[in-house]
Amino acid sequence: MANPAEDSSIYYVPHNGWYPVVLAGAVMLTLTGLGSYLNATSAGGSGSLTQAMIGFGLVAVVLYFWYAKVITENRQGMANEALKRSYVWGMGWFIFSEVMFFAAFFGALFYARVLSVAWLGGEGAKGITGEYLWPDFESVWPVMSTPNPGVFPGPEQNMSAPASVAGWTGYLPFYNTVILLTSSLTVHVAHGAIKESKRAKLNLWLGLTVLLGIAFLCLQVLEYVEAYNHMGLTLGTGIYGSTFFLLTGFHGFHVTLGTFILLVQFLRARKGHFTAEDCFGFEAASWYWHFVDVVWVGLFVFVYIV
Amino acid sequence: MSEVIHTDHHAADYSVDQHAGGQHGPEKGLARWLFTTNHKDIGTMYLWFSFLMFLIGGVMALIVRSELFQPGLQFLKPEFFNQMTTNHGLIMVFGAIMPAFVGLANWLVPMQVGAPDMALPRMNNLSFWILPFAFGIMIWTLFSDGGGPNFGWTFYAPLSTTYAPDSVTYFIFAVHMMGASSIMGSINIIATILNMRAPGMTLMKMPMFIWTWLITAYLLLAVMPVLAGAVTMMLFDIHFDTSFFNAAGGGDPVMFQHIFWFFGHPEVYIMILPAFGIVSHIIPAFARKQLFGYDSMVYAVASIAFLSFIVWAHHMFTVGMPLAGQLFFMYSTMLIAVPTGVKVFNWISTMWKGSMTFETPMLFAIAFVVLFTMGGFSGLMLAITPADYQYHDTYFVVAHFHYVLVPGALFSIIAGVYFWFPKWTGKMYSESLGKIHFWLSFIGVNVTFFPQHFSGLAGMPRRVPDYALQFADFNMVSSIGAFIFGFSQLFFLFVILHGIKSGKPAVARPWEGARGLEWTLPSPAPYHSFTHPPVVTDAEVHG
Repeated sequence: MANPAEDSSIYYVPHNGWYPVVLAGAVMLTLTGLGSYLNATSAGGSGSLTQAMIGFGLVAVVLYFWYAKVITENRQGMANEALKRSYVWGMGWFIFSEVMFFAAFFGALFYARVLSVAWLGGEGAKGITGEYLWPDFESVWPVMSTPNPGVFPGPEQNMSAPASVAGWTGYLPFYNTVILLTSSLTVHVAHGAIKESKRAKLNLWLGLTVLLGIAFLCLQVLEYVEAYNHMGLTLGTGIYGSTFFLLTGFHGFHVTLGTFILLVQFLRARKGHFTAEDCFGFEAASWYWHFVDVVWVGLFVFVYIV
Repeated sequence: MSEVIHTDHHAADYSVDQHAGGQHGPEKGLARWLFTTNHKDIGTMYLWFSFLMFLIGGVMALIVRSELFQPGLQFLKPEFFNQMTTNHGLIMVFGAIMPAFVGLANWLVPMQVGAPDMALPRMNNLSFWILPFAFGIMIWTLFSDGGGPNFGWTFYAPLSTTYAPDSVTYFIFAVHMMGASSIMGSINIIATILNMRAPGMTLMKMPMFIWTWLITAYLLLAVMPVLAGAVTMMLFDIHFDTSFFNAAGGGDPVMFQHIFWFFGHPEVYIMILPAFGIVSHIIPAFARKQLFGYDSMVYAVASIAFLSFIVWAHHMFTVGMPLAGQLFFMYSTMLIAVPTGVKVFNWISTMWKGSMTFETPMLFAIAFVVLFTMGGFSGLMLAITPADYQYHDTYFVVAHFHYVLVPGALFSIIAGVYFWFPKWTGKMYSESLGKIHFWLSFIGVNVTFFPQHFSGLAGMPRRVPDYALQFADFNMVSSIGAFIFGFSQLFFLFVILHGIKSGKPAVARPWEGARGLEWTLPSPAPYHSFTHPPVVTDAEVHG
């Protein structure tokens, strides 16, 4: 009888399973619940998140069983080299699609900064727009006073980097940059530890990476609290607040995901799941982490500094 | 519990099943379809799902054409008319054409590259099952308070933000789900093609359908996330006070159009490149010659895919762009005619001096070449910026994109279904019924859409429930054609069911001119395509 655990030439085709269809239903439950909540609250009422929570709980449960199954199969030796290559291709191109997701938001940022704000301020090829609509609006970035402050009151302060180097000592995004860059390094050292088969070293550096991820998130929460409570910078303060929060917010969401994925890898590492030859779960997580890090560098340059 | 597949060439036994000896078959009942990981089952579900969506979207089109049969408001309120045009477009693009191509890919990619199944079978099932839920949400919104999406399939802001019905929130989440499905499907196709080809099938020996789908999958990966970004910004503008598409806060509604069409133009090619692949299989088979200029076909597809990223703003010449932008997008758009021309001439050269026969798939394929080319030519007219000021948002545009999508993408899908039907079912469809279906469709599609060129050039705007009297005749003809075309697709359903039920048994290679690994398998193909990687012989290359 053919058995992929004994014959590595066999491409493992999993048997029928309930995860995909239940996951699809759970996603629908989550999103329709979220949708009705948003519609209710935007209409001024009070919505309920119960359905969305149940849906999300179901998503989490399915994903737990699904990943557990894949890990078990892999540890039983079902996955041959070809299947592992499929995982590598899959993760790589998934990250590419994530890059394109952020590209849409960066595109919006550049379009606003280079074109639409300038035109609204009466500059450039379509400057007549501004002359007709809001002749008093001046084109500067960050936009501190929006074209129509009655609808979108501008922020009181923005997040741009301080001009002096001394000012950077109290500048949160600078510390966050240091934290994330360091965490890319620590996860790389952890990878080296797997390759050297040193489990204690792996646990130490991977655990450190997770802590750095959590530290980043704490600082970002602090930054948002600061923005909302003391700087008058919210989602509703025009195009600067919109791009700032959407870009940093979706990045923060990805850091949250990445930290969680690394935490799972940490728990797996403590169980001794990874060997020098077979550690793609860890490698995929670290690729994702490096990707999140690269996006941050782009954010730091184009949202905070330039 | 698991089943396993040999991929080594030397293994002697054909057994793939741990439960019992012999070929593993499908499960019984509903569980087979809900829980399947088999590429053929999933492909079948994709194809039937897309046909169901095609009928629903088609009914919406007929509702639109009924209203437009005469000037004046007959049956519908304008608000509902808008919901019908919007949902017709969305359902046909995302629910009918795209899933049909994914269904064909599911059936054909493993068979054509010599693999046992898709690379990631569980995810394959997830990609499919997201779709019924996503479209369930979208169709359900039609019955909700305030009605369903009514802002056109391009959902331009601020129609889709400031002035949208409440259902737009659900629409946004439905689009997110479709996007996730497409991205997972693309990753699966890429991994299968790049990782699981039979030994000896180098990239330049891959069948054209494989090449076109590989490139299509990359297009999907690149632009579906951008669409997700666009609807996410809509969501935030609607519910969280952001001003991406609101000039009062420093944003720009035109920015929405740029982001949408950065997705939307590659999307157009996502719906036509696999069609090129299908036609490149059918024409050589019935001309009994090899495909002319295989290498140039591959390069042409790659060029079209590249160009699709730098032409998007030709959809928005009239919104107010700097002159340099208009010129750039005009010339880059015209450039696409070059690789597309290469393909058309190659198909014609393939037929040149061939021993041609005209079975149903070939009829649809030839109609594809002729009518798609006409759609391409009207596209070239639209690409000319100053002329576009006249054509923009008229029925000329409607005629143009329906010519590339209906006798283009859809005819290729129908051609593919007839062509591979014997391989899927083990039966032959009735050739005479198939030909009736072809002629009804061919006449119906031209009667529907050809007059729209004239009404459009004369100035009839699109997306209107009522129109000026001088357009009455063309619209009446168009509506008659639409009903001929619509009902001939019900006849298509009959031809297919008739073939499945009482077709004659098919041999492994029912078309003697057909080339490719899928024809080396028996008809119907076994549940798992290639348990051992096949030998790729020159005879089966470039079919």
